[in-house]
Amino acid sequence: MENIVSIKGLSKAFGSHRVLKNIDLDVKKGEFITIFGPNGAGKTTLMRIMSTLVEPSAGSISIDGFNVKDDPVEIRKRIGSISHETYLYSELTAEENLRFFGRMYGMDKNHLDDRVDELIEQVGLEYRSNDRVGTFSRGMKQRLSIARALIHQPPILFLDEPYTGLDQHAASTFESVLRGLDAQNTTKIMISHNIDRSLKMCDRVLILNNGKIVFDKLRHDVGSIDDFKATYESFVHE
Amino acid sequence: MIRSLHIAAKDLKAEFRTKQMLNSMVIFSLLVIVIFSVSFGDLLGDSETVSQLAPGVLWIAFTFAGMLGLSRSFASELENGCLEGLKLCPVDRSAIYTGKAISNVVIMFLVELITIPLFAVMFNYNIQGLLGLVVVIVLGTIGFISVGTLLSALTVNTGTRELLLPILLLPIIIPVIIPAVLATGKILVNGDISDISGELRLLLVYDIIFFVIAQLVFEYAIGD
Repeated sequence: MENIVSIKGLSKAFGSHRVLKNIDLDVKKGEFITIFGPNGAGKTTLMRIMSTLVEPSAGSISIDGFNVKDDPVEIRKRIGSISHETYLYSELTAEENLRFFGRMYGMDKNHLDDRVDELIEQVGLEYRSNDRVGTFSRGMKQRLSIARALIHQPPILFLDEPYTGLDQHAASTFESVLRGLDAQNTTKIMISHNIDRSLKMCDRVLILNNGKIVFDKLRHDVGSIDDFKATYESFVHE
Repeated sequence: MIRSLHIAAKDLKAEFRTKQMLNSMVIFSLLVIVIFSVSFGDLLGDSETVSQLAPGVLWIAFTFAGMLGLSRSFASELENGCLEGLKLCPVDRSAIYTGKAISNVVIMFLVELITIPLFAVMFNYNIQGLLGLVVVIVLGTIGFISVGTLLSALTVNTGTRELLLPILLLPIIIPVIIPAVLATGKILVNGDISDISGELRLLLVYDIIFFVIAQLVFEYAIGD
């Protein structure tokens, strides 16, 4: 299977502090990878560089054939981002938020109308589609943020700590929406601290520690959740 | 350009729902007019004194009300990380600037539209040359907002943005405010637009310079 994300020799420094150190990573089309790591390991910086929000200090990143430095706009067309921040406007309704972001992705009106209806139904918010987002619960906002990230049908989805603030029910709903993407072969790269939930979702596991990838295995080679927790502790507290 | 209009439409829709920015700007602007007119007292009977003082009062009201609005302009994008959401969209950074500037200009025009009738009443003006006055206000506002929107983005992540924005903005917009005040004074007395052609040209040049520079440097203002 072809690589949709290819990272070679990536480093990032803020002043004299090196956050990422010579990272190499290839992600295949349709793969769901989860990156674990302690606070300050460089996970969010890696995600922000892949999302074109931060420029790398050295190395190259290619996403769907485009380089982050040379073609950031082309890359933004191909990625959807879900974070613990919802990127939603509280004063606008659920539908208005989706329409706004759809227009920003240059979608035409007819396609956008259909896509908004489809996504609102997919995330189970039909009954609140005309309510202001400011009145939504955290779980509802997070479900709507999935719809926002998927509005332009991106082939790659970045998820940065998506479980933050979600209760058990909201997290399960969130996961079922994510599983619904499997049929579309969407590539998913997730950063998480929630080992119990994230490990069930992904098919490849990475541990980033102190700016380096110290562990990279397929999910079925990792063993049980408890086995992985022990592995994680051993790498992080080395 | 179309995406800038979508951003402006989104901002205006959100603002007209809450009226947070508009209400505070209108109230502040009206208070300035009322306080100055009351404090001038008997001087208001002397038309020559009024014609020297009133244009400055009008632009004080516009400028400080505008700064209130500008300090909120990008702050509203911080809630829920919306600014980052915008930066993730496949649009040029300058389109975000243009969209925010358009919505700020529209809100400023509304504030000015409400302020001018009260100004005319409180300072006993029978406004002549309305067209000239409109042209001066439009050009002055565009120049003010062009710089203000950029500085609003630049200061949004600072803890003291309400303090920092006026400190940075006021010295930079002096080239806009001085010709705007002079032109307003002349047009209120004579009502003849040909008398203010020099000031209008100056305002137009500053508007173009400020808008172009702001477009070019905006990417760095909102960068990480």
